[in-house]
Amino acid sequence: MSVGRPLLSVNDLGVSFQTEEGVVRAVDGISFDLATGEVLALVGESGCGKSVTAMTLIGLTRSPGARFEGTAEYRTLELIGATEDQLRRVRGAEIAMIFQDPMTSLNPVMRIGEQIVEQIRAHERVAAPGARERAIDLLERVGIPRARDRVDSFPFELSGGMRQRVMIALALSCNPSVLIADEPTTALDATIQAQILGEIRSLRDETGAAVILVTHDLGVVADIADRVAVMYAGRIVEQGTLDQIFYDPQHPYTWGLLGSIMRVDTARTDRLPAIAGLPPPLADRPAGCHFRPRCPHEFGRCSDVPPLVSRVEGAPDHLDRCWLSADDKRARREVRPGQIGLAAGPGAAAR
Amino acid sequence: MSLVEVEHLKVFFPVRQGLLLERQVARVHAVNDVTLAIEEGHTLGVVGESGCGKTTLSRAIMRLIDATEGSVRFRGEDVTGASRRRMDPLRREMQMVFQDPLASLNPRKRVGQIVALPLRLHGTPRDEVPAKVAELLGRVGLHPEHASRYPHEFSGGQQQRIGVARALALEPRLVVLDEPVSALDVSVQAQIINLLEDLKERTRVTYMFVAHDLSVVRHVSDRIAVMYLGKLMEVSPAEELYAKPLHPYTSALLTAIPMPDPEANRRRRRRPVSGEPPNPIDPPSGCVFHPRCPRATEICRRVEPPLTRYGGGHLAACHHPMNVSDGEMAAATKDPSSPLSAGDALPTSVH
Repeated sequence: MSVGRPLLSVNDLGVSFQTEEGVVRAVDGISFDLATGEVLALVGESGCGKSVTAMTLIGLTRSPGARFEGTAEYRTLELIGATEDQLRRVRGAEIAMIFQDPMTSLNPVMRIGEQIVEQIRAHERVAAPGARERAIDLLERVGIPRARDRVDSFPFELSGGMRQRVMIALALSCNPSVLIADEPTTALDATIQAQILGEIRSLRDETGAAVILVTHDLGVVADIADRVAVMYAGRIVEQGTLDQIFYDPQHPYTWGLLGSIMRVDTARTDRLPAIAGLPPPLADRPAGCHFRPRCPHEFGRCSDVPPLVSRVEGAPDHLDRCWLSADDKRARREVRPGQIGLAAGPGAAAR
Repeated sequence: MSLVEVEHLKVFFPVRQGLLLERQVARVHAVNDVTLAIEEGHTLGVVGESGCGKTTLSRAIMRLIDATEGSVRFRGEDVTGASRRRMDPLRREMQMVFQDPLASLNPRKRVGQIVALPLRLHGTPRDEVPAKVAELLGRVGLHPEHASRYPHEFSGGQQQRIGVARALALEPRLVVLDEPVSALDVSVQAQIINLLEDLKERTRVTYMFVAHDLSVVRHVSDRIAVMYLGKLMEVSPAEELYAKPLHPYTSALLTAIPMPDPEANRRRRRRPVSGEPPNPIDPPSGCVFHPRCPRATEICRRVEPPLTRYGGGHLAACHHPMNVSDGEMAAATKDPSSPLSAGDALPTSVH
């Protein structure tokens, strides 16, 4: 971890949207720092606010019905309050984004080379031929074979994996210092996913860019992240280094997530430990800890919102939102060989 | 007699070109000479990457697609050539659950109507339908009062439960599940897998479970078939496939899955297979996996390997299988389910 000022510092970020069902708080009290060269994973299930958090950083959630709170400082610029002009200069050039579905995020009627050239020339004064050469270099760098021929292809002529490589080439075109990757491999096959994760890793190693990886897949997280923020119902419920989250998880929701992964490397279990129930609807979240109704370890204090603070001795950077003490948690969570799970709480037998 | 017997099944899709005459210019080899059987009460997992033919195979078994060559028999009766009248009674015994739960439920019908439709079509007396629907909803973990709601009012996991209830309405002997959990969140995936297991224990139904992900099929399958480019690469008792993969492609799929275990990921230096699956219009000669295979030799380019039978009912179509001792290699035989175009040369070890 780097010393001194972080590259990006998010403080108490909140996002609400005006909807037909009233004001929906999509994201609430999000704080994290991102250092140069670091991969931070935002993990959680659909609707937990991970994508809204990432998109808000570059102003993609701005709309008449949206309300923002808190700050996000990138170098010297405050992103949440920045003007559209200021954001436009940063977006794509200094903070770039890769989306889940490359087919719907590339322009279908424009050759891939032209799309990269357009992006370069929007941010830098480069002549078209020079920009085109750079586009070919970029395509080569992300592992597209015969880049000089492919530069004139349309997106539909490429496979899903190749299209995602084009997205990465686009994101790299202006040497960003922060790359936001929203489920970059979810639409891809396992063997192609491994290749794309390799590209993101070598990109980080070569350019020193920081990466915010939005994903629901804890396998991908374990493969590539340095630090992890676990989100549930709009809040970060636990945050720490990769090893802290996987080997000493503090929040019962994290236990549940880790426990419900289907694995190929450990003994087969007869019954998968699932988290009972469903995440609460956006417009109707329970007061206090949002995970309370699904948590087997719930007790009286959970009706107050637990703050995101360090509760593990000697680990000031390991934060969680659960009222139980660290000792209590270690005693309660279930550890099967190689896998931590959400053990039934003391009251579970009676239920 | 097995419940389902697939023999040398081929499904080719014509590629047409030209305005009026629409000449057939090529054929997509979606399923290319597959022979397999599903025993009554067992679960067969079918795994492979997109475009490997797993969905086409499942649809040809259901006769949603016509076979080009070969045959499918369901409890001894030929499905491939059956007339509409012969097919109708078979249909009630074979049902399907689809990947996208919302897209497979009629948005303008109430859940009760959706689940009741197969009952009404197959002649359940009108006054017995409501009670049967309530019972089915209960079996999949929904409330009877959910019958009056519309599909969009449910979460993805609940929608998939509705799809399962509809599939079970006629008490079928075979249920084909095509990626039934891949659109769902991790914690909900585990709930649906557990539900499918419970239902199987109670009804002795036979499942064919199609998925792109080896970790998902592991928990439900008795046997697993791995497909690549329209062909069977390996067929194995479920647990043995993970402990002792014989085919380099199976091994590549297994190593491509990132482990939710940071230390294990750091320990094993992952070398993802390079390249992408070739175009099924023009599949490679010999073994279809040879262009991407790290163990490929001269014979792999020329001769299609037969499905070879090793001990314990473990089959693999590879000239140079992995994890096979010299003794096992010597005892191996060519299996009658080999593709007709395969050679007779039995595997040898690579030196």
